[in-house]
Amino acid sequence: MQAPLLELRGINKSFGPVHVLRDVALTVRAGEVTALVGDNGAGKSTLVKCVGGTHQIDSGEVFYEGNPVQVHSPRDAAQLGIEIVYQDLALCDNLDIVQNMFLGRERKRGWVLDEPEMEALATATLAGLSVKTVSSVRQPVSSLSGGQRQIVAISKAVLWNSKLVILDEPTAALGVAQTAQVLELVRQLADNGLAVVLISHNMNDVFAVSDRIAALYLGQMVAQVKTTDITHAQVVELITSGRSEGLAQ
Amino acid sequence: MNRVQNLSLIGALAGVLAVFGILNDQYLSLSNLAVIGQAVTIAGLLAVVQTAVIICGGIDISVGSQAGLAAVVSSMVFAWTGDGLANGNAFAAIGVAIVVGAAGGVVNGVIIVYGRVNAIIATLAMLAAYKGIAQLISGGRAQGYLLTNDLFIFIARGSVLGVPAMIWILGIVALLVHLLLKTTDIGRNMYAIGGNAVAARLAGININKYIISVYMLVGAVAALAGIILAARSTAGHPTAGSEGLELKAITAAFLGGCAIAGGKGSIGGTLLAVTLLGALEIGLTVVGVNPFWQNVAQGALLVVAVVIQQRRTGDRAVGLPG
Ligand SMILES: Nc1ncnc2c1ncn2[C@@H]1O[C@H](COP(=O)(O)OP(=O)(O)OP(=O)(O)O)[C@@H](O)[C@H]1O
Ligand SMILES: [Mg+2]
Repeated sequence: MQAPLLELRGINKSFGPVHVLRDVALTVRAGEVTALVGDNGAGKSTLVKCVGGTHQIDSGEVFYEGNPVQVHSPRDAAQLGIEIVYQDLALCDNLDIVQNMFLGRERKRGWVLDEPEMEALATATLAGLSVKTVSSVRQPVSSLSGGQRQIVAISKAVLWNSKLVILDEPTAALGVAQTAQVLELVRQLADNGLAVVLISHNMNDVFAVSDRIAALYLGQMVAQVKTTDITHAQVVELITSGRSEGLAQ
Repeated sequence: MNRVQNLSLIGALAGVLAVFGILNDQYLSLSNLAVIGQAVTIAGLLAVVQTAVIICGGIDISVGSQAGLAAVVSSMVFAWTGDGLANGNAFAAIGVAIVVGAAGGVVNGVIIVYGRVNAIIATLAMLAAYKGIAQLISGGRAQGYLLTNDLFIFIARGSVLGVPAMIWILGIVALLVHLLLKTTDIGRNMYAIGGNAVAARLAGININKYIISVYMLVGAVAALAGIILAARSTAGHPTAGSEGLELKAITAAFLGGCAIAGGKGSIGGTLLAVTLLGALEIGLTVVGVNPFWQNVAQGALLVVAVVIQQRRTGDRAVGLPG
């Protein structure tokens, strides 16, 4: 079996008196979609923000490509090749697709923005992910549908030669057809060799695209299993009670 | 969309020029157009930097007071370095005034960023504070006499290639800010901060640094406007000529296409708007309209400009079912 890209061991995180993450372990592999499930407030977003450098962990170890690393800021995470697509879409409505995809990391020629190169790279990235739903990369993001926006946000994450893309509820606000488009893209990312972590409350989504499922319950990792080794009902049990009878771990 | 907006501004400007041109045959004379140009310069400088700060999602109401403070500071430094009234060092006068202006801008930015004070409140407070400081250090009186110095004479009355020096200054500042906004990553990030501050932060943009820097830019350019104002009126006065400039600058920015929420606006649009305002103001004066009506017209225009902007962004009226 392939060595994991990201491995977390014994992660603890508290906000004041609230102990949100308790000794959390998680293994994420390249070429796979790892679904991270758990009830509201279980700590999924917090865990992701710790990996992404927005929150600092109180204790625990993070291994990336086998090496111990410390992520103190989103910049550190980006340098490692970790990209997070946040629950609340991080796009600027007043900018177009290219401008959003390169936000904060614009290509320049001397002092001046290199618009043609950015446009070409954005177009190539979308093509590489088989994205066909956006007609022009110069469209302002405000004119896009929810699904298209999510697709842009995800494609943005891929532009940076990232190795690990973490998606926090990318389909939460989408209709059926748009959800299917986004899930297709999520699968495509893993098939292109990236490691993908997908947070979702929707069991159909989880079973449709994930290779493994990791379940958080009140800040503890209660199971990490292959998707083929578990049933819908068992996942729901894990989410709601933290245990599941007859689950081979 | 931007183009439509600029075209309507050009249309309005043509209309204003035509109407007053018909009402008064001196209005379109070259000398009067130069007067319009000069009248526009000082408000124009403030409007250009106001545009930059509004694009970042902020606003600076203190610009008029900052210009007044710079007028006083520059002429007082000029007097001190000279014989107590005039004949001092113009470079020192200009340099000190601009440094003081930039520092005042940093104070604005720090209050907004670290004090977490709403930009309107913070700069409204500083509007009063900077005016007070200017009045305190000048005793409320005009200071110095600047036109003993070639540089100040050039700023006030000089021209290059037939165009007044102060219009050159506006043109250069406007071009630089335009290039900053449209062709550099700094400008792109400014639009992003105004468009969605959370997204900008997640993209690794240091928002605090940007906000403080843009207020510093406003302070420095407002100081430049104050220096020009002092040179043109021969002496630095804490309020004369600078009081009320914030209204003109802000009106021009919104009329020119800025959105209150930030993330939108262009230097071209703002310059057109400030020219329109200047043409209107001088037109009303030329045809003999009571100057008090000017204030009414200014206020009305600001409301109209913002209403147009809100319609454009498609915001629903408060309390009305959509
Ligand atoms: N910045 C914070 N300060 C204090 N408490 C926080 C903070 N962020 C999260 N929490 C708390 O941590 C717990 C876990 O929150 P988190 O957002 O990680 O849950 P989640 O699993 O993502 O839930 P959801 O499915 O609703 O998104 C919650 O009890 C929340 O109140
Ligand atoms: Mg969450």
